[in-house]
Amino acid sequence: MSTNETLLGGNVPAHAKRQKRDLVTVLAQYGIYLALVILILFFASQSDVFLSKDNGLNILRQVSVIGICAVGMTFVMLTGGIDLSVGSVIGVSGMVCATLVSLGFPPIVAVAAAMTFGAFAGLLSGFIINVLNIPPLITTLGLMTAFRGISFMIGGGLPVYGVPDSIKFLGQGYIAGIPVPVILMVLAFIAGHIILTHTVFGRQVYGTGGNEEASRLSGVNVKVLKYKIYLIGGVLAAFAGIVLMARVNSGQPKGGQGYELDIITAVVLGGVSIFGGVGRLTGVIAGVLIMGVLANGMILLNIDEYVQWVVKGGVLLAAVALDQFIHGRGKT
Amino acid sequence: MTALLELNGLSKSYPGVKALLPFDLSFRRGEVHALLGENGAGKSTLIKTITGAVTTDSGAIRLDGLELTGHDPAMSLDRGIAAIYQEFSLFPELTVAENVFYGRELRGPGGFLRRRRMEDETANVLRDLGTDISPRAKVANLSVGHQQLVELAKSVSRDAKVLIMDEPTAPLTNKEVEFLYAVVGKLKARGVTIIYISHRLKEIFDLCDRVTVMRDGALISTLEIASTSEAELVTLMVGRPVDQEFPPSTARIGEVVLEAQNLVAPKVNDVSLHVRAGEILGLAGLVGAGRTETARLIFGADTLISGQIRLDGQNVTVRTPRDAIAHGIGLIPEDRKHHGVLLGMSVTFNTVYAALKQVSPGLFANAMAERAAGEKYRDQLRIKTPNLEQLVVNLSGGNQQKVVLAKWLLTGSRVLIFDEPTRGIDVGAKQEIYGLMRELSNAGVAIVMISSEMPELLGMSDRVIVLCEGRVAGELGKADFDQEKVLRLASGLGNEGKTDEHE
Repeated sequence: MSTNETLLGGNVPAHAKRQKRDLVTVLAQYGIYLALVILILFFASQSDVFLSKDNGLNILRQVSVIGICAVGMTFVMLTGGIDLSVGSVIGVSGMVCATLVSLGFPPIVAVAAAMTFGAFAGLLSGFIINVLNIPPLITTLGLMTAFRGISFMIGGGLPVYGVPDSIKFLGQGYIAGIPVPVILMVLAFIAGHIILTHTVFGRQVYGTGGNEEASRLSGVNVKVLKYKIYLIGGVLAAFAGIVLMARVNSGQPKGGQGYELDIITAVVLGGVSIFGGVGRLTGVIAGVLIMGVLANGMILLNIDEYVQWVVKGGVLLAAVALDQFIHGRGKT
Repeated sequence: MTALLELNGLSKSYPGVKALLPFDLSFRRGEVHALLGENGAGKSTLIKTITGAVTTDSGAIRLDGLELTGHDPAMSLDRGIAAIYQEFSLFPELTVAENVFYGRELRGPGGFLRRRRMEDETANVLRDLGTDISPRAKVANLSVGHQQLVELAKSVSRDAKVLIMDEPTAPLTNKEVEFLYAVVGKLKARGVTIIYISHRLKEIFDLCDRVTVMRDGALISTLEIASTSEAELVTLMVGRPVDQEFPPSTARIGEVVLEAQNLVAPKVNDVSLHVRAGEILGLAGLVGAGRTETARLIFGADTLISGQIRLDGQNVTVRTPRDAIAHGIGLIPEDRKHHGVLLGMSVTFNTVYAALKQVSPGLFANAMAERAAGEKYRDQLRIKTPNLEQLVVNLSGGNQQKVVLAKWLLTGSRVLIFDEPTRGIDVGAKQEIYGLMRELSNAGVAIVMISSEMPELLGMSDRVIVLCEGRVAGELGKADFDQEKVLRLASGLGNEGKTDEHE
């Protein structure tokens, strides 16, 4: 009888669950910072240059592209979705922007066009998920492949050069000694954090990820919400694509390839549940830094690139396993 | 006739609920034995103990004199106890024969499936049942009636000695029902014992040899069909006096607030109702009568095929819950944990969740105002929680229900639909929920209350509409409140006592 099962669920584990949760929640919230500190201490003990100011800024600059995307991915994953197409959006965006400026369009137009593509990519994901009812994983897997193809098509498979200084500034400039990409990433995190924690929209993002049907029955327009979060993800990915293009001085058809996995790993490491509804950008920033520190530290230690892939894959699985442990069963 | 299946001293309790009180019951070989009782009487639990889906606290089950110990549904099936539930356990993408032999496929040398042989045997079983469904047909392409026959063939081909049928006629057309009767007759003639659960008294008289009536987890009586009557069974089923105290109504019943006209949707064939300010309208009916579906239509949670919702005499469009909320309608859903609250969120979050824009009209969410709303309703509804940041998953059922209610009070609902408001809630908290409902109706809120608990329904309502198979079967004014009348209407027996509409 359903009555009794409900009773059972309500009565017995509530107290036990609470105690287990407290410990686990503390670990889930602060464990990531601890891991970051341990990692930094480890690499510092192994390499003299690791703790230098230059290397520090280097790490930050290197993570800025995935960091900007991680903000968008956090929105997507908080609603229980995922976006595998971001890496390809980075590529297309860089190619669009570079191609337009090389054809003589003003930089502002090129940037706007690239961002418009990002918006289009996000809305397309939303449309496929909402209207065609295809799961986000498959939707964005398909778009990932399709967009990568577009990225190659734009320059006939060749990189596009000739980036003007005004755009280079986005990737290579400094303000008060801090690299511009780092500043842009920090701004993205701050804006994202404010939206998630201090707006009605942010509340709805968390609520929808926590329980989509209950949210719908509470008057949230879940479909519109999904359009919005994939739009945010797409626009931020396109913006990151421009930054990347500006950093490497050229539009690369392969730009951003494989980034989606680093981004998702960083977000999950940062404590965002793959089931949605749980996680903060303050954790995600630590996740992003861990990815950067790991990559940088392993290079300093001359660890083979292929080994680095194994480590990154392992980190993703470990992060998801931890999430499964913490949120997997508690979720109803 | 000899007893095939004997139950001795079986009992089962869940924390806080005695689902089955100790009882003895035996089923004869080759009889059709009806189990009758209201929703929640314990029929499902009884069935589950027989199939081994739940373990009993005490007692023994004997099949053919042999005690079954520690059995589970798979083991029961091997011993010859099969159950056909309302939700079929068929694989829609497999063929009929593949379904019939699922899990015990015939294999030839080398481990290859003997497809032909399985199809032939399936065809034989189906022919014995009197039907010519192709064993190669895909189950998804069959009608519901034929799917049920496949379920039956599955049991028959396993040589089931005891066959449990839970509301088998609910999804069937009249013609299919007749055919099912014939099949049941054939099985009976072969000595199969059939345990037949149905709310439809007529069927029980048409088909069964004996009937066992259950109420509140207790076995009330086992009778020969030949020596009983519909009236006696209804009395036995209802049995209990209305023993709870319900807060009296002091509301002045006002104008009609909500009207639903000729609602049609899946499982709702034609439902019209209205509710007035300050009135509590009870919606009665059996499981599957379309009560929850009607509530969800009014709330915009499901899509109307046709019909009209009217508020204050004006036609309104309610396509989504968002529309309904904007019109001042709130739904306290049956499945509180999945549809009512966000378990992983705080009390405050849940309280303000449907009124976020209203609480924070500006650009940013107003945490102070949210907290104030949380505090206000915690105090007003006496929600017991250590603090407002507490996650709702940690609250008791009654307090979770109050959080759902708080959500709708904050949106300013004028029409509240309570779907099984006290399900899974302990007795003390039930009284509190009743008190709150009454306070709301006294304050002029129009309330629709769906309940399968008869005392609660009759105790709280000012007027009751009974649904049966997606239609309004009758309406009872307070003067005509009577459990038997409601039950007769709900069972599709028609209404003998004249009732007049309450104005």
